[in-house]
Amino acid sequence: MASPYVLNADNITKRFGSVEVLRGVSVAAKPGDVIALIGSSGSGKSTFLRCLNLLERPNAGQIQLKGESLALKPDRDGALSASDPAQLRKFRARIAMVFQHFNLWAHMSAEKNVMEPLTTVLGLTRGEATERAGHYLSKVGVSHRKDAYPAHLSGGEQQRVAIARALAMEPEVMLFDEPTSALDPELVGEVLRVMRAVAEEGRTMIVVTHEMSFAREVSSEVVFLSKGIVEERGPPQELLSRPRTERLQGFLANTLK
Amino acid sequence: MIDWSIIAGSLPDFLAGLKVTLGLLAISLATGLLLSVPLAVARVSSNPWVSRPVWLYTYVIRGTPLLVQLFIVYYGFAQIDFVRHSALWDLFKNAWFCAWFAFALNTTAYTTEIIAGALKATPHGEIEAARSVGMSSFSLYARILLPSALRRALPQYGNEAVGMMHATAIASTVTLVDLTRVARDVYANHLVTVEAFGTVAIFYFVLTFALVGLFKVAEHYGLRHLRAQTERSTVAISGAEMKTK
Repeated sequence: MASPYVLNADNITKRFGSVEVLRGVSVAAKPGDVIALIGSSGSGKSTFLRCLNLLERPNAGQIQLKGESLALKPDRDGALSASDPAQLRKFRARIAMVFQHFNLWAHMSAEKNVMEPLTTVLGLTRGEATERAGHYLSKVGVSHRKDAYPAHLSGGEQQRVAIARALAMEPEVMLFDEPTSALDPELVGEVLRVMRAVAEEGRTMIVVTHEMSFAREVSSEVVFLSKGIVEERGPPQELLSRPRTERLQGFLANTLK
Repeated sequence: MIDWSIIAGSLPDFLAGLKVTLGLLAISLATGLLLSVPLAVARVSSNPWVSRPVWLYTYVIRGTPLLVQLFIVYYGFAQIDFVRHSALWDLFKNAWFCAWFAFALNTTAYTTEIIAGALKATPHGEIEAARSVGMSSFSLYARILLPSALRRALPQYGNEAVGMMHATAIASTVTLVDLTRVARDVYANHLVTVEAFGTVAIFYFVLTFALVGLFKVAEHYGLRHLRAQTERSTVAISGAEMKTK
């Protein structure tokens, strides 16, 4: 029986030395779900997101993509790594990530940034990659800047190029790691608008965010992490309007000020 | 007074010496660049069995003068029976080969460190981005790390190339008739300092500026992506200043 979940991360545990950052966090996304991970800094939400594509190696847990488990084996240091590098690369190509600091490749133009994984990872021809890059760059509204280098783009433009790069992979899940936290306040809106449009297309997204209005209006589920565990989860309206736990009440009182 | 007839008379010799200097520089730099790219990748490897030997090599070579290295190759290797009685002797009895060998060994060490430094300075986020889309380690190096590091290494590598050009003068100590050797011969024959060494200094000076210019052009294209785009904004600012005056 096929799994109803696109991405199912089960019981993810992560230690940095003796500090337990994640103490068994599970998140499962069905097709079209937009899951917002919220929590104060140090709650482990970014670490959790980075465990999903193994940029961070968890110490325990399971990751399934469309029912297929990522084969993991423990290393000498106790953290898990992929037992089959080729399987990990395939997984990563199906899970696209958008970073807080954009992480565009500085020596490539905006267009080349979008094309690069298409040709080197997905094996598209240059012609196909150019066409696809053009499509997604115009979708995020930066096609007029396609020949510019990242350093010559504004933060908002850079992040939209990064979203185009992720979209162009036509992934099954998109991970967003605080995509607006490094932006000047006046640039946050343009990126959130693009993310909202992406969500409305029915794409599956897991978003670590501090933007409560985005979580409230766009997400299908909000997960509140605190000290490495899921303190509370539920539909956004309910969870954000009537927080049950004291921690979430305190968190919301501080962020909504 | 400068004796122009001596300079004019020895000009063909200087031009022949120029050929030797440029030839030696070209083959040494080419070998150095070719070897230092894989060595730099090894140098930044997380596996100590791969990175330590390269570290040791660059440490030893950078810790000794090029002149000493050349003497060891040219005079020292000839003392080893094994070298004398093997096919290697055909190579190491040749001054050209010895100079090329020592210079390549030397510039490879410096260039390796330059490229390794640039590789290490790659922003970590760019590596994570490459990993996150599923790039293999080979693609990561071939498409992201090396193209970006080699560009950023250009200014430092330009210095290394100019330094190496000046260092080729050392080849004159092992019978090669390069620019410096020609100058010494002119001095020995005519006992004139300015005509001999002044002329060769001008040759080196012109060569240096040609090389520096070449690298300026390379940097202009290679480092476009890091340059602040000021052309338009400076015009706008200077326009604004004009008005306030």
